[in-house]
Amino acid sequence: MIVNRREVLTGRILLVLLMAITVVPFLSLFVTALHPAGTYPSGLSWPAHPHWGNFTDAFRAAHMGELLLSSVLIVAGVVPISLLLGTMAGFAFGHLRMPGHRVGFLIFVLGLTLPFEGIITPLYYQIRDLGLLNTRWAIILPLIGLFMPFSVLWMRAHFVTMPDELSEAARIDGAGTWQLFWRVHVPLSRPALSSLAILLFLWTWNQFLLAIVLVDDPAKRTMAGALGAFQGQWGTDIPLLCAGSLLILAPTLAVFLIFQRRFVAALLQGSIKG
Amino acid sequence: MPAPVTGRRARRARRPGAWLGWLFVAPAAVMYAVFVLRPLGLTVQYSFYDWNGIGASTWVGLENYARLFTEPELFATIVHAFELILFFSLIPVLLGLFVAATIRGIAQSRLALVARTVLFLPQVIPLVAAGIMWSWLLSSTGLANQLLSAVGLGGVTRAWLGDFGTALPAVGVIGAWVLVGLCTLLLLAGMSKIDPALYESARLDGAGPVREFFAITLPSLRQEIGVCVTVTVIAALASFDVVYISTQGGPGNSTMVPGLEIFYLAFSEREVGRASALAVVLIVLVLACVLPIQRLTRDGSR
Repeated sequence: MIVNRREVLTGRILLVLLMAITVVPFLSLFVTALHPAGTYPSGLSWPAHPHWGNFTDAFRAAHMGELLLSSVLIVAGVVPISLLLGTMAGFAFGHLRMPGHRVGFLIFVLGLTLPFEGIITPLYYQIRDLGLLNTRWAIILPLIGLFMPFSVLWMRAHFVTMPDELSEAARIDGAGTWQLFWRVHVPLSRPALSSLAILLFLWTWNQFLLAIVLVDDPAKRTMAGALGAFQGQWGTDIPLLCAGSLLILAPTLAVFLIFQRRFVAALLQGSIKG
Repeated sequence: MPAPVTGRRARRARRPGAWLGWLFVAPAAVMYAVFVLRPLGLTVQYSFYDWNGIGASTWVGLENYARLFTEPELFATIVHAFELILFFSLIPVLLGLFVAATIRGIAQSRLALVARTVLFLPQVIPLVAAGIMWSWLLSSTGLANQLLSAVGLGGVTRAWLGDFGTALPAVGVIGAWVLVGLCTLLLLAGMSKIDPALYESARLDGAGPVREFFAITLPSLRQEIGVCVTVTVIAALASFDVVYISTQGGPGNSTMVPGLEIFYLAFSEREVGRASALAVVLIVLVLACVLPIQRLTRDGSR
């Protein structure tokens, strides 16, 4: 490729600049978290005596242990069920293609752009009538429904690419439709499934609106919802708030950095298909 | 609209047990119907009533909708949502195009690999956290003002999120920060699919970076630009988390957006009817913006 040196240099400078803009808010959060609790530090300044203890204080104040458990429970409810149901429906729409599959799929796709705020009001009354307010089910069940359009779209896109011959062969060997699905197609869908799992994990973990509307007790919310409550409670103590925010960020950041390749790929594909 | 039955479809339909497919769809359909379609229908229904969420409701026809367009406070939320599109969509897409085009030549370098991870950070963290970080950066003692004072612009420093004139743009900046990395990387991924021979021949013909960008890069990226615009426009119109954390709609009403107004109307002011009418308008607005973008950008590539 013909690229001259000046362009390479501008490219590098621009990229470093953009990365700096991305990272600086995190840095600011970090150094502010080290200032003495209750003070109003100015901008980006390293404290004379870093107060690492702020992190333990925030850990206790935010009940981090409980929060982590709560978020994990919610993710454990949403992700596997969404994966299973989405894969089954995607398999039917993409591979079995029964009569009427186009209309059925279209109805799911319609929900793709729906803003959650659009249905939050009736959802509240519905969850109340089901007696599920202030339980984790109030977040889990609606999220499964709300993620269904994307899950179905995602898995259908995968199953459309699977050759019909594969199923024909399995059927000749005497496989029923369920065996065909469970024994042949699900194992072959592992890459599509793992990307979808990553996206669903992220969207569940970061879900805010459902958490603050449907669950009053921060200890039964998602991490993001709990962060909202934490801000309400400690909003005036900036260093403690920053420390708490960092702690609440840490799990997602850790998971992201461990699985970064899959994450980046999943997020890029995810927005293209969505 | 029923599609004409092709030979292949007819063969499939005759296969015994073809209806089995619907059994596979059923569980997903139940969850979708109960937790999305039913509330969606109820939102439309509520929007025709005056209801405080507890007592009896009265049919008011289209009055709730009429109020959206006659009460300046409610209508302003929709205007704000469109102003946010400038920040959430226009800036990230233009900046993303510029950066991606500039770094195209070094897309395979170590630096670019690191950038792939770093630029994704804002996408991974909860928007709530982005809101908290930026509330602090933009506060009166925050980094933004510290930098401005350092370059001699101490006169313009202020609490950016607390000032009537700057609060909405400040919220917009937070959104732009969240989305610019995603747009850059999506566009860069699109550029890597363009045949390098095209660039080679453009260079041999003496085209500079600018000509190259408009003649080759931009036309080839139609689909990726469409994706960026779609994602960011939805993020702007349906914004909630960032506004809730950073300004709560204030000062006054200057950063109130439809999502937040729905939340307040339904759960603080107990105006379920008006909240639902606004919700319906929001859903329709999102569709009205997204469908044309999809049409414009997808047709050409098929």
